[in-house]
Amino acid sequence: MSETHRLSVGDRVVHKAFPPITRHKLALYCGASGDHNPIHVDIDFAKAAGYPDVFAHGMLVMACLGQALTDAVPPQRLRTFATRFVAITQLGAQLTCEGHVAELVDHEGERCAKLALTTKDENGDVKLSGEAVIAL
Amino acid sequence: MVDHSAVGRRLASVTARVEPGQLRFFRATLGEANPVYSDAEAAKAAGYAATPVPPTYLFCLEMMGSEHAFEFLDIIGADLSQILHGEQRFSYKAPVMLGDTLRFEPRIAAITDKKGGAMTLAVIETRVTNQHGAHVADCARTVVILNKVAA
Repeated sequence: MSETHRLSVGDRVVHKAFPPITRHKLALYCGASGDHNPIHVDIDFAKAAGYPDVFAHGMLVMACLGQALTDAVPPQRLRTFATRFVAITQLGAQLTCEGHVAELVDHEGERCAKLALTTKDENGDVKLSGEAVIAL
Repeated sequence: MVDHSAVGRRLASVTARVEPGQLRFFRATLGEANPVYSDAEAAKAAGYAATPVPPTYLFCLEMMGSEHAFEFLDIIGADLSQILHGEQRFSYKAPVMLGDTLRFEPRIAAITDKKGGAMTLAVIETRVTNQHGAHVADCARTVVILNKVAA
């Protein structure tokens, strides 16, 4: 856990690597999340929709980033968490989640740090770009 | 094409309880090992009355509690094979914990065409309250609809 009250701009706070995303993981996440869109688990459906194969739920990737975030920052300090899904995350992707302090801000009257967050695959391609506001 | 007149329309509200078995399934799927999410004592030490949910779990609760999770697609006139998740935002107001019963009130906040109509962005904003009537979170998701444009 970070000593959040001591954070300064530029500090690297979040860093976590995840194992490759398997078909099994996508099936489990389908059930565990309630997101039953077949495009993530049924290769026939994915191909009919024009994709070469199934691909990861954006929210599975955001869940990894959320895990990396609250490994580093106590969850009770989290005020906002937002991401943009920059590119599709393919099967087999090995994700690395990172975050640093972008600025110190006042958020609804509370002294906070804004973290800039990214999730990249093993090729360094950005999959998610986001930010979190955490109370200091 | 997407029906722009749906802006402002409320979707069916959803009631969802934070169930221990479902939450365990989610943690196991993600390899979530942080004790604050599984150990009542660790949660209490962090200031929670019970174990809290991980930060993206609100999205799952809304989908699991919904009678028709993709209702908005019927309303705007699109289907599952056309959509991608564009953006997601959570704003946390108060803790959400094991045993809570949440009420989700989603509405279609915006529909915007992009790239000359090749894609449309639909924003769904959801206010979340708990069994005590406390406002616990706001969620916003942007769905990208890839339009079938005639060549």
